[in-house]
Amino acid sequence: MGIELKMPALSPTMEEGTLAKWLVKEGDTVKSGDILAEIETDKATMEFESIDEGVMGKILVPEGTEGVKVGTVIAVISGVGETAPAAAPAAAPAAGPQAAEPVNPVTVKPSAQKPRAADPAIPAGTNMTTVTVREALRDAMAEEMRRDPRVFVMGEEVAQYQGAYKVTQGLLDEFGPKRVIDTPITEYGFAGIGAGAAMGGLRPIVEFMTFNFAMQAIDHVINSAAKTNYMSGGQMRCPIVFRGPNGAATRVGAQHSQNFGPWYASVPGLIVIAPYDAADAKGLLKAAIRSEDPVVFLENELVYGRSFELPELDDHVLPIGKARIMREGKDVTIVSYSIGVGMSLEAAETLAGEGIDAEVLDLRTLRPLDREAVLTSLAKTNRLVIAEEGWPTCSISSEVMAICMEDGFDFLDAPVLRVCDEDVPLPYAANLEKLALIDPSRIAAAVRKVCYR
Amino acid sequence: MAKPATTRNTPAKGPASDDAFALRSLQDAHLANPRYAASDDELLAFYEQMLLIRRFEEKAGQLYGLGLIGGFCHLYIGQEAVAVGLQSALKPGHDSVITGYRDHGHMLAYGIDPKVIMAELTGRGAGISKGKGGSMHMFSTEHKFYGGHGIVGAQVPLGAGLAFAHKYREDGGLCLAYFGDGAANQGQVYEAFNMAALWNLPIVFVVENNGYAMGTAVTRGSAETHFYRRGTAFRIPGMHVNGMDVLEVRAAAELAFAHVREGKGPVLMELQTYRYRGHSMSDPAKYRTREEVQEMREKHDPIDAAKAELLKRGTSEDKLKELEKQIRSKVGEAADFAENSPEPEAPELYTDILVESY
Repeated sequence: MGIELKMPALSPTMEEGTLAKWLVKEGDTVKSGDILAEIETDKATMEFESIDEGVMGKILVPEGTEGVKVGTVIAVISGVGETAPAAAPAAAPAAGPQAAEPVNPVTVKPSAQKPRAADPAIPAGTNMTTVTVREALRDAMAEEMRRDPRVFVMGEEVAQYQGAYKVTQGLLDEFGPKRVIDTPITEYGFAGIGAGAAMGGLRPIVEFMTFNFAMQAIDHVINSAAKTNYMSGGQMRCPIVFRGPNGAATRVGAQHSQNFGPWYASVPGLIVIAPYDAADAKGLLKAAIRSEDPVVFLENELVYGRSFELPELDDHVLPIGKARIMREGKDVTIVSYSIGVGMSLEAAETLAGEGIDAEVLDLRTLRPLDREAVLTSLAKTNRLVIAEEGWPTCSISSEVMAICMEDGFDFLDAPVLRVCDEDVPLPYAANLEKLALIDPSRIAAAVRKVCYR
Repeated sequence: MAKPATTRNTPAKGPASDDAFALRSLQDAHLANPRYAASDDELLAFYEQMLLIRRFEEKAGQLYGLGLIGGFCHLYIGQEAVAVGLQSALKPGHDSVITGYRDHGHMLAYGIDPKVIMAELTGRGAGISKGKGGSMHMFSTEHKFYGGHGIVGAQVPLGAGLAFAHKYREDGGLCLAYFGDGAANQGQVYEAFNMAALWNLPIVFVVENNGYAMGTAVTRGSAETHFYRRGTAFRIPGMHVNGMDVLEVRAAAELAFAHVREGKGPVLMELQTYRYRGHSMSDPAKYRTREEVQEMREKHDPIDAAKAELLKRGTSEDKLKELEKQIRSKVGEAADFAENSPEPEAPELYTDILVESY
C-alpha cells in the first residue's frame, strides 16, 4: 500500500507553488526526516521533509512544475511505512522570532480588469515590463541607494534573511551591512534610531515587518518625526521613510490584521502613501525616499506577489499627493486605495455587465489627500462610493465623505456610501474572516444603491 | 523544601577575561584622578557659563511668574555643572547633543544665544523655533543641538540615531544624550542601549540623577538606584560622577569621550546632581523638605564652589563682581528682547508643517 505525498501549504496564504527540485528518486529508501524535495513559493524556497519510512514510489509531479495547487498528490511512498499521513513540510529557513510568521501571498489572480486608464505621469509610448509589487519596491530602494549614499535600510530580517516578505531581497549583497542593517526586535528603539539618524542628516528607510508592530514605535513616527520640522520653526528636518505591509493578511487574527492608514493620515507633518500596483509602488517609494518630509509608506502583503505593468523608465518617480483614475467611467465614482483598488476594479467590471459605467479613483496618497481629484470625478459622475479595507469609524472613507459634503454637495445625486470592513476585531475562523472583510460584491452592491438600481 | 538548583559558576580566569573589570575600568580610572586640572582661565570660563545658566533660569522663573512664559517650564538651577562640565569637553558644531525637556542649560552651555532661547520661552517670532516650539522643543542644527524633546526618554534612541549618523559618515563625532533618572525607567532607553552597544555607536548616555522623577524620589521609582550599573547587561561601562563639581564632571567627560572616540562603543555616565526648583514651575515640591534643599544649596552648590576656588587661586573679588554684572546685563537684554519682540505672524501657523509642497 502507498502513502500519498501532497503538495503542502507552506504559509497561511499559499495556494500553489513550484516543485523546484526532487532530492530523491523513484526506488530510493526514505526515512522520517529525509528531505524529499524543494518547493518554491514566491517568497522562499522551502524544504519538504518526509515523516514516513518506505520506498519512493511513483513521482507524479516532475521537478520544475509551476503552479502546483496545495493538496495535489505529488508522489507516493510504498513499502514498510505504516498508515501514516502525508509528509509534513520542514520550514527552512527557520521560523522568524516575531509572533507573526510572515505569510506569503500567492495571489496572482488572472486580471479581471479591462485595460487600465493610462497614468498621465507616464509618457505615452513608454515600453512596459511586468513585475511584482515586491520587485518594484525592492528596485525602488536599490535605485535610490545607488543614487544617494545617505540612504540606508534598517529593520528586522531585512539583511541576511533577505526580508521577512522578501522585499529587501538582494540589497545586502549589493550594498553591504553598513547600509542594509538587521535590527533586534525592538521597534520603538529602532524607529527612534532611524528618526535620529534622519535628524542627523541621513535618509533612513525603516522597515516594519508589519505595521501592526509599528504600534510599539508610533510615538517616534508621530512625536519625533512628524512634529520636528514644525516645532523647530523649519530648522530641523526628519526625512525618513517608515514602510512595511499594512492591513489584513490572511488568517492571522486580530492583532496582525489592521489598516493604520487613517491613524497616520490624521497627523499633520506626515506624508502617508498607500499604493496599489507596481508602478505606483515604485514611483511613489522613490518619491518618498527623496522627500524632505517623513513618510509612512503602507504596503499590502496580499498584493506583494501580484504582477503589474511597470514603465521601463530610467528614473520612474511619481508625484506625491496625486490620485489617479484607474478606470474611466461616467455613471458613478468608486474611490479606493491599496488592496481596495483591485476589488473596486473587479466590481466595476461586474457593473459594466449591468450597464453601470464606474470610474475607479485610486487615492494613492492618503495625506495630503487629493481633494481636487475626488471632487472632479464627483462633478462628472454625481455619485460616489468609497471602498476601504479597514474599519469604518474615523476612516479615510469618513474623510472622503466629509470632502463631498463640504465641497461637493451640489454635485451629489445620491448620498455617498462607504464600503468598509465590519466594525469588529478581525476573527481567525475562515468564514468569519470572509464576512468581516470587504469584497467586490459588496462594493458592487453599494454602487447599485447609489445608482438607484 | 527543595534545594536551590546548583548554579554553574564560570571558572575563575585571569584579568584579561575579567568582564566586570572592563565594565568598571572607566570608573576606576576616574576615581584614581577625579578632578580635572583646569587652568585659571578655564575655571573662570566654567564659572561664567554656570553663572549664565543660573541667572538665565532665575530670570525665566521670574518671567513665568509674570505670565510672560506659559505652559511647562523646567528649570536647570542646581544642575549647571553637569552641562558645563560635559559640554566643555565636546567640539561644538561637530559633536551632537540631545536632551529632554529640561533643555535651557544644555543650549546655553553649547553657546547658543540666550536672546533667541528666551524669546522662544515667551513664544515670540524671534525665538529659536519661531515661537512654535516653546521651552521643551528647541533645536539648533547649526550648533548640532538636536533638542529639546518633550516625550520622556524619546531622546535616547534619537541620540543613538545621531550617533549612528556620525559613525555612518565616519566624521569622528560623538553624541551626548542626556536623560533624567525618571526617563531611565523607560523601556526604549534599554532598546537604545542594546543597539548602541551591538553596533558600537559613538554615544555617551548621561543620566542626570537629580533625585526625583517629577515628585517620585529615585528610591520609590527604581529597583536599581545606581543608574551607572544599568548598562552592564549590555556591556556598556558605567561611571558614577559627582555632578555638583564642574571639575569632576569635566575629568569624567575626558575619560568617557576618549573611550568613545577610540571606537570602543558607548559609555553610560550617571551624574549625581540636584535641582533646587520644582520639577516644573507649577510644582509645589511637597515631596521633599525645605531643609534638604537648603543643605544642597549651602553645602554643595557648584557655582559657589567654583567661585571659592577661583578666589583661593587669586582671582580678585572685583573681577568676579564685574563678571556677575556682565552676565546680569546679558540676561537682562535677553529678557527685554524676549518681552519686546512681536509674537509670530498669524500665517506662521501654517508654515513648516511640511518641507516640500505636494
